[in-house]
Amino acid sequence: MVDFGGWDMPVQYSSQIGEHHAVRRAAGVFDVSHMGVLDLRGAGVRPFLQRLLANDVARLKAPGKALYSCMLNERGGVRDDLIVYFLNDYWYRMVVNAGTRARDLAWIREQARRSEVEVTERTDLAMLAVQGPEARAKAAQLLPPADGAAALALDSFVGRELGRWFVARTGYTGEDGFEIMMPAADAVAAWRGLNALGVASCGLGARDTLRLEAGMNLYGNDMDESTQPYESNLGWTVALAPGERDFIGRAALEPLARAGSPRKLVGLLLEERGVLRAHQRVAAGPAGEGEITSGTYSPTLERSIALARVPAATAGQVQVEVRGKLLPARVVKPPFVRTGRSLI
Amino acid sequence: MSNLPADLKYTKSHEWIRALPDGTVEIGITDHAQHELGDLVFVEVPDAGRVVKADEPCAVVESVKAASDVYAPLAGEITAGNPKLAAEPEVVNADPYGEGWLMRLRPAPGALAAAALLSAAQYQQVLDAEVH
Repeated sequence: MVDFGGWDMPVQYSSQIGEHHAVRRAAGVFDVSHMGVLDLRGAGVRPFLQRLLANDVARLKAPGKALYSCMLNERGGVRDDLIVYFLNDYWYRMVVNAGTRARDLAWIREQARRSEVEVTERTDLAMLAVQGPEARAKAAQLLPPADGAAALALDSFVGRELGRWFVARTGYTGEDGFEIMMPAADAVAAWRGLNALGVASCGLGARDTLRLEAGMNLYGNDMDESTQPYESNLGWTVALAPGERDFIGRAALEPLARAGSPRKLVGLLLEERGVLRAHQRVAAGPAGEGEITSGTYSPTLERSIALARVPAATAGQVQVEVRGKLLPARVVKPPFVRTGRSLI
Repeated sequence: MSNLPADLKYTKSHEWIRALPDGTVEIGITDHAQHELGDLVFVEVPDAGRVVKADEPCAVVESVKAASDVYAPLAGEITAGNPKLAAEPEVVNADPYGEGWLMRLRPAPGALAAAALLSAAQYQQVLDAEVH
């Protein structure tokens, strides 16, 4: 067990690699109740979120649709990355990281002071992520038949209230699946029910190797308040159009969007044996130097992979300093793995 | 409790030492150590001929979650690194006291007597203390 944002969480239940393969090949369940669920309600909620977030909630037209976004500071640094669901014109739901939850809540409430928006933290909800090619079919069996059918009909990146549960077709593994928010009292029975259907219990360790194979950033490792989206492989989440939408951080990002960011976040594939780890130095030849932000062993590729922040001109081959030795690595565009297949 | 063969010696840093009939010793990591590390994905062992001091880092075991140095329990000259582990690091998880040995070493004169090695019972006390 380890401390994670104040929560006691298991790194693994059995074998980290076994849990990883269960998600790539069948189905696994993660307890992600440590993440913060915030409901934002009120007549002013849409314009409020259009100012708060770097992505534009105006892109959300259909009820239940989800959007991935950064929440920036005035300097364009990433305060947090999150998912926001559009539930109706007066109600959005946000899921934020555990480590930033208290800070986010204070920041959002401060920003909301002069808005017609009420912010409620849903500490009454637990959240289970059921992920893998068999995950949706298994999880749907926990619901009454009509609700199960409705869950299976959900499009990617859409969530819906089904009875006491909010079921969303989202995740952090690069596999299909659901993230299910439910009253905390339902969670133990749901977990055991999934186990009984053959869904493997998975810990933080497998969650990290899966997300890294999927090329997804981890807040605090791959980006934080001192880094901006364009150097975090998150430029695609910044909605600069329409030009009149004045979101927090916009003024700092516009010059970078025009001139290009001096640094970028890339994928690295180690070409020798060994394991890349966060904070190892990357030597990129004439382009300069960078640093690994997340590194691990990829159970699917059976070699080491990493995300690294490097000078913008970096391409092709680099070298990574691992315990005093320079090992060759290849620059690749994440993701490394999606839906069970290598993309390398 | 832990799987601790009584015929081996141990260190506080979770290595085990087996005396071989030819006067050399075989060294590995304990069952407790492999379990704490989890699935091993990379093992680097020293080359034969390397001379090591006591407590010198001389091998690396890496799991998905962490890298850990393995220290020479006593001074001497490496006579072999386990060649199998480059391709099959998971052998250390499966058989830490057997096929998963890391290295063999010929102790320097007097090194075996000088090393403060633990019996199985003494190592068990180290583990019991770590739990708290």
